[in-house]
Amino acid sequence: MAENTVNLTIEGRPVSVPAGTSILEAAKTAGVLIPHYCYHSGLPVAGVCRMCLVEVEKMPKLAPACATTVGEGQVVHVYSEKALEARKGVLEFLLINHPLDCPICDQSGECELQDYTFAEGRADSRYREPKRFDPAEDFGGDVLYVKNRCILCTRCVRFMDDVHETTALAVVERGDRAFIGKAPDADLTQPWAANVVDLCPVGALLSKDFLNKARAWELDRTASVCTGCSQGCNITVEMRDNAVMRFKPRANEHVNKFFMCDAGRFSYRDLNRADRLEHPLVAGMAADWETALAAAAKALQGRKAHVVASPSLSNEALYLLKKLAAKTGATVRYHVAQGPEAPLPGVDDLALRADRAANATACELFGFTRTDDVLAGLNAGDVVIAAGDVLEGLGADALAKVGAVIAIGTLRPTTTVATVALPIATVVEEEGTFTNLRGRVQRFLQAKQAPGLARPSWYVLADLLASLGEKAGFHTASEAFDALAVGEAPFAGLSYGALALSGAVVQGAAAGAK
Amino acid sequence: MGYPHKSHPRETAVLSKYFGDAEARTLDGWKKRGGYRALEQALQMAPADVVNVVKDSGLRGRGGAGFPTGVKWSFMKIGDGKPHYLCCNADESEPGTFKDREIMRWTPHALIEGCAVGAYAIGAETAYIYVRGEFTECIRRLNDALKEAYAANILGANAMGTGKRIDVYVHSGAGAYICGEETALMNSLEGKRGNPRIKPPFPAVAGLFGMPTTINNVETLAAVPHILINGAEWYKAMSLSSPKSTGTKLFSVCGNVARPGNYEIVMGFPFKDFLYDLCGGPLPGRKFKGVIPGGCSVPIQTMEEAEATMMDYEGFVAQGTMLGSGGVIIFDDAQSIPRMTARHARFYAHESCAQCTQCREGTAWTTKILDRIVAGQGTFEDLDTLLEMAENMTGKTICVLSDSCATVVVSALQKYRHEFEALITGKRSSSVAATPGAAA
Amino acid sequence: MSAHTHAPYEPVFVGARKQELDDVLKRYPTKMAALLPALWIVQEARGWICEQAMTEVAAQLDLTAAYVKGVVSFYTMYHQHPVGKHFIQVCTTSPCLCAGADKVVDAFLEHTGCKELGVTSADGKYTVIEVECLGACGFATPVQINLDYVENVTADKVPQILAGLK
Repeated sequence: MAENTVNLTIEGRPVSVPAGTSILEAAKTAGVLIPHYCYHSGLPVAGVCRMCLVEVEKMPKLAPACATTVGEGQVVHVYSEKALEARKGVLEFLLINHPLDCPICDQSGECELQDYTFAEGRADSRYREPKRFDPAEDFGGDVLYVKNRCILCTRCVRFMDDVHETTALAVVERGDRAFIGKAPDADLTQPWAANVVDLCPVGALLSKDFLNKARAWELDRTASVCTGCSQGCNITVEMRDNAVMRFKPRANEHVNKFFMCDAGRFSYRDLNRADRLEHPLVAGMAADWETALAAAAKALQGRKAHVVASPSLSNEALYLLKKLAAKTGATVRYHVAQGPEAPLPGVDDLALRADRAANATACELFGFTRTDDVLAGLNAGDVVIAAGDVLEGLGADALAKVGAVIAIGTLRPTTTVATVALPIATVVEEEGTFTNLRGRVQRFLQAKQAPGLARPSWYVLADLLASLGEKAGFHTASEAFDALAVGEAPFAGLSYGALALSGAVVQGAAAGAK
Repeated sequence: MGYPHKSHPRETAVLSKYFGDAEARTLDGWKKRGGYRALEQALQMAPADVVNVVKDSGLRGRGGAGFPTGVKWSFMKIGDGKPHYLCCNADESEPGTFKDREIMRWTPHALIEGCAVGAYAIGAETAYIYVRGEFTECIRRLNDALKEAYAANILGANAMGTGKRIDVYVHSGAGAYICGEETALMNSLEGKRGNPRIKPPFPAVAGLFGMPTTINNVETLAAVPHILINGAEWYKAMSLSSPKSTGTKLFSVCGNVARPGNYEIVMGFPFKDFLYDLCGGPLPGRKFKGVIPGGCSVPIQTMEEAEATMMDYEGFVAQGTMLGSGGVIIFDDAQSIPRMTARHARFYAHESCAQCTQCREGTAWTTKILDRIVAGQGTFEDLDTLLEMAENMTGKTICVLSDSCATVVVSALQKYRHEFEALITGKRSSSVAATPGAAA
Repeated sequence: MSAHTHAPYEPVFVGARKQELDDVLKRYPTKMAALLPALWIVQEARGWICEQAMTEVAAQLDLTAAYVKGVVSFYTMYHQHPVGKHFIQVCTTSPCLCAGADKVVDAFLEHTGCKELGVTSADGKYTVIEVECLGACGFATPVQINLDYVENVTADKVPQILAGLK
């Protein structure tokens, strides 16, 4: 064993971890979850909830597993009678003033107070005194503070202080009068502030946006990637009744640790739009796919194509678009919307990026032309292929003299210039991959059904290629990706399956690739 | 001298010799009484030699924990290239304790000299005296004395003309008992909430401002100059019992007693003589019921236990309690132990910093139950709950505030359970319990 | 009252008080360490520490108002509300309680006209609170009036003490 490795036994299981690891983290390695509240891997250790008390042989007192580092030969008992009694005591203390209003609490079903009480708590309450009562407080931004439920774990305080690096929250007062407070004229509107809601282990910090919308156990959860910018934060899409209820950050230590920005978080609303393109259109009339694809092929016949891509299409769609452009002798142009960059200061290389698109990196790797004027070089009579809801930005005047317009998108075209409109799925309605700004290729999974006849973007583009005589023949996104991995040098060696849920980095990605 | 009463012949006045002597407050007056000779002497010694003298003297921390002072000082690695700090804990807030206040307001130079010697011994250029905010007189006296000491070049960049820098500053607290806990004090001094820190790291490794720090109580530091001048042997010889407890100790006496005040005795003095002779025994017509001998955080003693106690670190432990800070609280037979226990609990609930769950919730819950028992609304189950809760509050938190609250409850319930039961069964009404008679 | 709350906030740290803060800052390696002293300066100047003062202190020491609020509220001696001209704190912790501190509290409430703990008398002159151990237990009952201690207070001495307050 290396010198800096420590060997210990947790619940009878031998573990080897690097020196300096906490018992709590070492236990995770051993497959043992030590109950905890204030501890969070993304935050500095506070050691205050005292829930993670474990028995360590030869130590006189129970040890807080989060704040005790491993020692060679340590023998740790998580479920000894002493440790269980201590944690039962903590749970009892946490519940004496807790309102137990689980039926109306948004956290219910995903509440660590419920879970650990269920696992290790008392069956009854010995508390005979009146409970504390304090009104809820709007913290501004998306955050509602329900004081009565707060267990003062201080995760929110530490997130704002140490990760967001602006001390917006503080523990105020002391003893059992203590609560989480903010300055009166400083709302929680910082770009990453809403993470405090995710970090709160109980129902004390709630999302106003999600308030009373759904019960946690009604939600279907799907792994995905945020498309709000080029960072590619890993998220979970949470659905009910075929509608997206919320986005939650999904941990990925290479990309976003445990966090996502507020802008990305609320971008879910776009995915519930009702003005969707649900059928292919030919000259403004609903058509079936066969007719529409034939019309598109016919429009392209003998004409030069001018391809404009959305930089938020998947790798698979962009790859097929590249092939389509090659087939018609065109270059692919794309424009990346810009916004102010908003870093999360306490996490290295994590920001809401200025590039407000999910996949500008893939566009660049595929050799597409990044430009503010995507119609540059457009000649009268050309056929414009607008892939990924980019038609709206082009302007009807500019398109007036072109030969034809093939619009591929999720929304109903509001202009009548589209010769053919092909409906595609949104990011939550298909699966595929994106490449983030550091070259990390990450999968997103399908969370809901696409409306009407809309199809996955890669499927539509493959069909369009086929209608031009080049058989693409993919039945799944993974087949499209594997073809791309063979066909595009930067993606060499990657396979859809091996990407798993944390992704892999393309060849030759910048040294700082994450 | 002595204050508020004249020194008793059986006292050994070392630290308290000039209590009540206003002239001792001034630099001239203090020098006339032998002041700053120890500092002069120390600055001519190697720091390690100063540490060794203190080590040899057997001086132990007077704040409550009783850790050997010289050993604590020896943890500081001189020459590690980091700034070292000395903190003087003058946050005297343990109920029943008021000895440091007298040291500071009568002999401020004694403490400043002790700080300067201590700072030199541990390789620190800066000492902070953290005084509880309520002690405005102490703060004023210390600041006046510091002004004199700086003007006389005793402190500053060229302390006593030796070319060594020693700065001493007074830092005022603002009302928080928990800041007497050493790491809470450091946080408070750094401008934070007075939350105790998780240990390790210990202060000698990463203390004030993250730097190696030693923290000593006022009485401890004030004793150091005497040890340097008179020698370790002299100090060690002042012991009537255990050789592990040496020197003199100031005991603050309060509650239902004829002569409250501070008494300085040699370690190992018989507690019975102390209570009945030095302190004058109970008030007329009353009898002592129980004593809390080391500030309110130590277990209460029955009179039987108290009268069998030798007053030193080991002697109090042998009789079921601790020497603690030396704050002796005496209750007579007109007092209700449950009522006093409830008041103690309220103190802890008020002072809990709110970090640890057991303390934040447990101290408040304990208070509510005890208040209810005192009000005649208690049940026997409440007593079980109190004891089980005390178990959950002991040895499980960052600092010992929670443990202290539990100790108070458990010892009262062990030794005076009949009083609690009487309130529950209604044999003694709460109005009787709430009327402490002519004690005042 | 409304005239009071709408009065423009006058900064504390100007002139001599700014100089005082600058001198305090020299004692510590960090700006944050000057927070408690800075709050004392504010309280001395304004009588209590309002939200705007917290913001001003925060700006002086590179902190945030929320942080300062967390600290102010931790320490019981900082007033987060205006108090009477004579702020009377009666120690009622056990050593004083057993010596009759509860009667001293009652006497102060009665003779100041405050009626209730923490409530300022109608004439704005007095606020009476119970305080935890003042560290003068041998002089029961000690009472702290503003910054000064009055020792060995008994209920019957209260009218005389109040009469002596300027």
